[in-house]
Amino acid sequence: MAQVLLEARGIRKVFPGTVALDNVSFELRQGEIHALMGENGAGKSTFLKIVTGALHPDQGEIFLNGKPVRLQSPVDARRMGVAIVHQELSLFPDISVMENILVGQAPSKMGFMRTRKMQEISRAYLERFHVNFSPTEIVKNLSVSQQQIVEIVKALVTDADVYIFDEPTSALSVEDAARLFDVLKDLKAQGKGIIYVSHKFDEIFRLSDRITVLRDGSLIGTVEAAKTDADEVIRMMVGRSLERIYPEKGTPSRQTLLKVDNLNAGSKCRNVSFDLRRGEILGVFGLVGSGRTEIMRALSGVEPRTSGDIFLDGEKVRIQTVQDAMSHGLYYLTEDRKEQGLFLKMSIRDNVAVTHLDALSKRGFLLRNRARELASTVMRDLRVKAKDDDQLVGSLSGGNQQKVMIGKWISRNPRVLILDEPTRGIDVGAKAEIHQLLRKLANDGIGVIVISSELPEIVGLSDRVLVVHNGTVAGVLDGSQLNDETIMEYASGLHSKAVAG
Amino acid sequence: MDTSPASLDHSRETWLRKVSRIRELTIVVVIVALCVILSFMSSSFLSVDNIVTTILSIVMTAIVSVGMTVALVSGGFDLSVGSVMSMAGVVTGALALDGMNVWIAALLGLLASLCSGLITGLFIGKVKINPFIMTLGMQGVVQGVAYVVTQGAPLSVTGVPKSFLYLGQGNLLGIPVLIWILAVVVIVSDLIMRRAVVARKVYYIGSNEAAAYLSGIRVSKVKVWIYIFTALLAGLAGILTLSRFSVAAPTAGQGMELQAIAACIIGGASLTGGEGTVLGALLGSVLVGIVNDALVLLNVSVYWQSLVTGFVLIAAVTLDVLTHRKKTT
Ligand SMILES: Nc1ncnc2c1ncn2[C@@H]1O[C@H](COP(=O)(O)OP(=O)(O)OP(=O)(O)O)[C@@H](O)[C@H]1O
Ligand SMILES: [Mg+2]
Repeated sequence: MAQVLLEARGIRKVFPGTVALDNVSFELRQGEIHALMGENGAGKSTFLKIVTGALHPDQGEIFLNGKPVRLQSPVDARRMGVAIVHQELSLFPDISVMENILVGQAPSKMGFMRTRKMQEISRAYLERFHVNFSPTEIVKNLSVSQQQIVEIVKALVTDADVYIFDEPTSALSVEDAARLFDVLKDLKAQGKGIIYVSHKFDEIFRLSDRITVLRDGSLIGTVEAAKTDADEVIRMMVGRSLERIYPEKGTPSRQTLLKVDNLNAGSKCRNVSFDLRRGEILGVFGLVGSGRTEIMRALSGVEPRTSGDIFLDGEKVRIQTVQDAMSHGLYYLTEDRKEQGLFLKMSIRDNVAVTHLDALSKRGFLLRNRARELASTVMRDLRVKAKDDDQLVGSLSGGNQQKVMIGKWISRNPRVLILDEPTRGIDVGAKAEIHQLLRKLANDGIGVIVISSELPEIVGLSDRVLVVHNGTVAGVLDGSQLNDETIMEYASGLHSKAVAG
Repeated sequence: MDTSPASLDHSRETWLRKVSRIRELTIVVVIVALCVILSFMSSSFLSVDNIVTTILSIVMTAIVSVGMTVALVSGGFDLSVGSVMSMAGVVTGALALDGMNVWIAALLGLLASLCSGLITGLFIGKVKINPFIMTLGMQGVVQGVAYVVTQGAPLSVTGVPKSFLYLGQGNLLGIPVLIWILAVVVIVSDLIMRRAVVARKVYYIGSNEAAAYLSGIRVSKVKVWIYIFTALLAGLAGILTLSRFSVAAPTAGQGMELQAIAACIIGGASLTGGEGTVLGALLGSVLVGIVNDALVLLNVSVYWQSLVTGFVLIAAVTLDVLTHRKKTT
């Protein structure tokens, strides 16, 4: 049997009010891709932080290459050959890509950075992902998915025995994910060990050798991937079987709710026109960099636009700022939850209340009990796993943070709801629930626009799909055109001539 | 009392757990300990006279710190409070000496402070200039105004009505009026900071400005109000100083920014924004005031004062950084 690279025995970790991990044991072998699965808040990220020294266990032991180790800090772990890509991006926004990639190990000569060398090293790894930005680019100018690639490359440049990936693909396009899988297979062939966390079953079964499942902080078991299937893993994760089908498609009315006419805003949003019907879920698909986010941000008053008219229920509306959009009931949910979506140092209640300040106040003062009620409703409806509504959002698991962010908009009775990657990082069960919820909103007469990089989600959820290519609308597809191949053809620009003409 | 506005009440937590988490309580303990030590080192420390002088010297710092807290919570800060304080006193004094009714003069002094805050706020909020640079610049500009008005020398303000001097020198129910004023400022501001919607917006902005903007908060407008509020309180402190000493000195507020920032940080405000309370600012001011008083009582020369305050500030910031580091890992 292959050598065991990393072993954890009887790990326990308690946070105030939560037992995040209880008696969890785990083993990673040489040349193995070992998937770690579980619902949002099951304790996956906490476990990974413990084996990489970012958190200290309350009980339990960790062995690297058979030797017991006490990891005091992430630096320790890295020195001992464990590299990790965290779930939450942790790059320095104001410095260059290459300095981020080589942080702490930049080649230098007499105290000066050897920038040429740094560029070479970074570029060699970045090229595997076919990126179109330079290693000298400042990180904050990159999109979320580009930043995710930088984060991955940062782990890859370290020469480690164990590589850990905590939901690396939640912000990646299908192509980039495929490139990552190639890299993982190379690492595996070199005899490295890989721990891989994801909520996407197709990835898990494509890549992994064994699967370990956690539920509510407890170890449920480890199974061979080849000897099991998605249904069994789901049963292990949630304790019961679960329907993984998309909600029935809706019956949008013929009435146009939102009409966008010739919207222009920079090079990523050119002459965009489309409409959204009452009761419809309109999927928006495009490759990374196609401008899908930019278009929606220009539409909802977040970014300025140079021209274009917006009609709601046939009436022309003026939307120049976020407040304008909100006053017309048009809400935009960002894809960047940490940087632009949440107040991590504030409570769940405050995070939900932020979009309701007027309704929750009387003569300028906040009504605490009403805020509390609202927060409880959102937590119940979206099944947020938390101690109570006072818990700081920053201490929630990634998926539960996402739910809180969706909650602050849904609870505001939207007319048009624009969601940018709403199910990023959300587990199977909760994802199905969010899909049901969006369909229910649509059936109630709301117009829903969903941007997603997951083709199955786009196909399964949408009534029609707006495909974006190169900052313009490549096509609006419906009926039998709603399939992976056709959407991808439009997204890669194969049909753009025909539409433009 | 609920003292952690970033997360409102914790009714489901045990009372003890709640108390142990409150930053303010730690400061109270430190203050009490310091008082006990000082009362052993100097017999006059607990004398009524000394207590009153100490409290009076704390009033101005505390008023300015309340304003500073708001700026810090929003993720900014204000280096111009000291010069605004001087300028407000000098403008009021000069106009009164010119024969204007002192109350109208005081109103104009406040108006001048408001203008200074408005300019600062507009540049920070709308033009998006870094608060450090902007308020450093305003510190020079406003201090310049104070010097120009006085030609550099303190104005001795004579012949103003008793009613005005009563603010800074009188007693009400046996307690100095200044303390009553401070109490009103603290209670009102505390209520606002904990419960008012405007103040909540300040916490949102300090916690995550981009998210606040995307949630429909008019970030630049709120910022303008923040710096107006900070400047108004600094101006109030300047006018009260004039009333207390009957002198309008262009240097009345010198070093105040350092004292106030130190007080706020000691009181739990974070330099990265999103955290800080009025009560914390008050307690921080008390601590800074007692340290200054101790220097006087122990016959340490005044020249040491700035050195010690600076040291206390560094110590407080270090503590702030260390506790935050612990929280994030
Ligand atoms: N710093 C913290 N303070 C308090 N509770 C915490 C803290 N960090 C994590 N938790 C709690 O521990 C539990 C496990 O969280 P963890 O982040 O490990 O979940 P996860 O399995 O990675 O979920 P996801 O799929 O959503 O990323 C959650 O209930 C979370 O709220
Ligand atoms: Mg996680």
